[in-house]
Amino acid sequence: MVDVLLLCLPLGAGVVAAIVGWRLWVGWLCVASLATVLATGVIASVHVVRHAPIDAWRGVLRLDALSVFMVLVIGAVGLLATIGGVRYLDHEMSSGRCSVRHATLYAVLVQGFISAMLLAVLAANVGVMWVAIEATTIITTFLVGHRNTRGSLEASWKYVIICSVGIAVAFLGTVLVYLAELHVGHHVPASLDWTSLMSVSSRLDPGVMRIAISLLVLGYGTKIGLAPMHSWLPDAHSQAPAPVSALMSGVLLSVAFYALLRFKAIADGALGVNFTRGLLLAVGLITLGIATSLLIRQHDLKRMLAYSSMEHMGLLALGAAAGTPLAIAAVLLHVLGHGLAKAVLFLGAGEIVLVEGTSEIDQIKSLVARRPALGGVVAFGLVALLGFPPFSLFLSELTMFRAETQVGLTWVVAVTLLCVLVIFASMFSHARRMLLGARGDGPELATPGVVTIPLIGGLVACGAIGVLAWPLTSLLHAAAHLVAP
Amino acid sequence: MTSSPFASFLDIAAGLVIVSAVVTLWRRSLPAIVKTLAVQGVALGAVALILGIHQRDNVLIAVACLIIVAKGAVIPTLLARVLSRADQSRESSPLVNVPASLVGAGALTFLAYSATGPVVRLVNSTPGRLIPLGLATMLIGFFSMVIRRKAVSQIVGLLLVDNGIALVAFLATAGVPLLVELGASLDVLLAVVVLRVLASHLSTRFGVVDLDQLRELHD
Repeated sequence: MVDVLLLCLPLGAGVVAAIVGWRLWVGWLCVASLATVLATGVIASVHVVRHAPIDAWRGVLRLDALSVFMVLVIGAVGLLATIGGVRYLDHEMSSGRCSVRHATLYAVLVQGFISAMLLAVLAANVGVMWVAIEATTIITTFLVGHRNTRGSLEASWKYVIICSVGIAVAFLGTVLVYLAELHVGHHVPASLDWTSLMSVSSRLDPGVMRIAISLLVLGYGTKIGLAPMHSWLPDAHSQAPAPVSALMSGVLLSVAFYALLRFKAIADGALGVNFTRGLLLAVGLITLGIATSLLIRQHDLKRMLAYSSMEHMGLLALGAAAGTPLAIAAVLLHVLGHGLAKAVLFLGAGEIVLVEGTSEIDQIKSLVARRPALGGVVAFGLVALLGFPPFSLFLSELTMFRAETQVGLTWVVAVTLLCVLVIFASMFSHARRMLLGARGDGPELATPGVVTIPLIGGLVACGAIGVLAWPLTSLLHAAAHLVAP
Repeated sequence: MTSSPFASFLDIAAGLVIVSAVVTLWRRSLPAIVKTLAVQGVALGAVALILGIHQRDNVLIAVACLIIVAKGAVIPTLLARVLSRADQSRESSPLVNVPASLVGAGALTFLAYSATGPVVRLVNSTPGRLIPLGLATMLIGFFSMVIRRKAVSQIVGLLLVDNGIALVAFLATAGVPLLVELGASLDVLLAVVVLRVLASHLSTRFGVVDLDQLRELHD
């Protein structure tokens, strides 16, 4: 029952928005729906950890520890992004760039987007999950192009073409998994259900599974932003409205990553850990390398954040390659920490673009002195993203490195550390030019509370998880053991 | 080689799918390419129909009819409308010329046969022999997306990829579960609608018909 409720809340708010059109209270209704999703997720996680997974709709939906964790991530980032959406639409409409119809379309699509992501993580069936992830591509295309500029239409074209091809490849991989499941034996009906796939994973045909998992890594890798099909990511994330970038970067990438984690567990059962580990190491290291080289001379704030998402997805792929329960728990914690920090930064960047009129790093100067609230939030967001304590990314990166060393991947840790160091230096120098410096003659400008309060909330959450990981420990433990026995 | 009518009908239909994929590489006129795509959609539906009749599977027969309507009529009509509105009737500047791309298609078919060995061995049935044709269609679709620069040609390439994958799905497993099959078809249809809207936006607002003109975003 609780899974159905989770799906219906954002969808219901979207329906209300479609019926009455965009109003301020409709925006806050959307925010409330996400807050309820988050609260329901917390209650459900306590239940799932103490008792058992929850099934609904005759086994189409299932809420286990891993999916409930993803619900928490979607709820938290979605909450920040919908508050950001109220601010975005309010500003666009008061400046006359956006009609009521256009604003309604935005609200409906965002609610549909969040519902599709919830369906993807709640689906008990691999095929239904695929359908939901493909639906996110279609819905977000219009959100990427929402500002209707030439650049944003170019970005949405690239996005939908490349991701459709990627997701089609993932479909072929899913078909092959189904084929392998059909040939397991006579008394097992093939159903593409996670739990039944996991229970027969050791009997799946290795030759077919090898092709299947390669296609799945390539296909879902496209949606995660992993090399070689990553080229849509910096364009789409930099051209979309800030709240949409926050959702795409903070959760959509991780939802696709969740799919890969599930399939990895099945493939490991059939092939042993080494085959998938090799694949993930290759794509993870190449992605990390590309992100590093393009971050060094980046001149656009939002593109910098987009490449940083690729960096973190590369780190996640390497963590998943290690594959021990410790590594997976760290990967999941990193998903949450990165989601919060990246959402805060994209929303902050959106506000910067809004008030400064540009996202060129060189044209933004001494932000902390001129706009202390906004500059401060962005500065702390960068500190979190770069992996400083007390923020949770410090803890999760360190744990991932430890887990990688434990399985003998010390060379990977060395390469990763080098890349992370270069990224740290380049992002630090970009941020220093943008944030620090004397105020000059202008007055000190305030930033509205609707912008700063949620962002500070996001940072506090990210810091609190880093210091007090204990509320999440049992959930992370349970989730990690689902995909890393 | 079996010579039952079932096997030969299946051979003809699956053969038509790959032949029409090659024809899209060979033709330069976009309306002709869209018509070829319609033929391919019908051929794909025929594969599902033959399998459905042979296995007396009513669900599969229904899916087959759906595919014939969607891929043989609805999607080609949508694409033809973009063409008539945006005045782009010829693929003027493919990156690879026609003879070379036909050689490429041959090479990709060979690659498809060598890559699908384990799958064909596992399926080990009359339809199973034809699985490489599906993969070859998909690879030709990739290839045509890479070498062609018109918006419509890229949509056609995407549909070739999708048809190839659907062919593999039917031949290997007689179709994935109905819920997934319906969702997948609906998603493809929506993706085409989205692309069509984008293509007409780009051409009416900014006069872009060639994707080479999209060069604003880069590093």
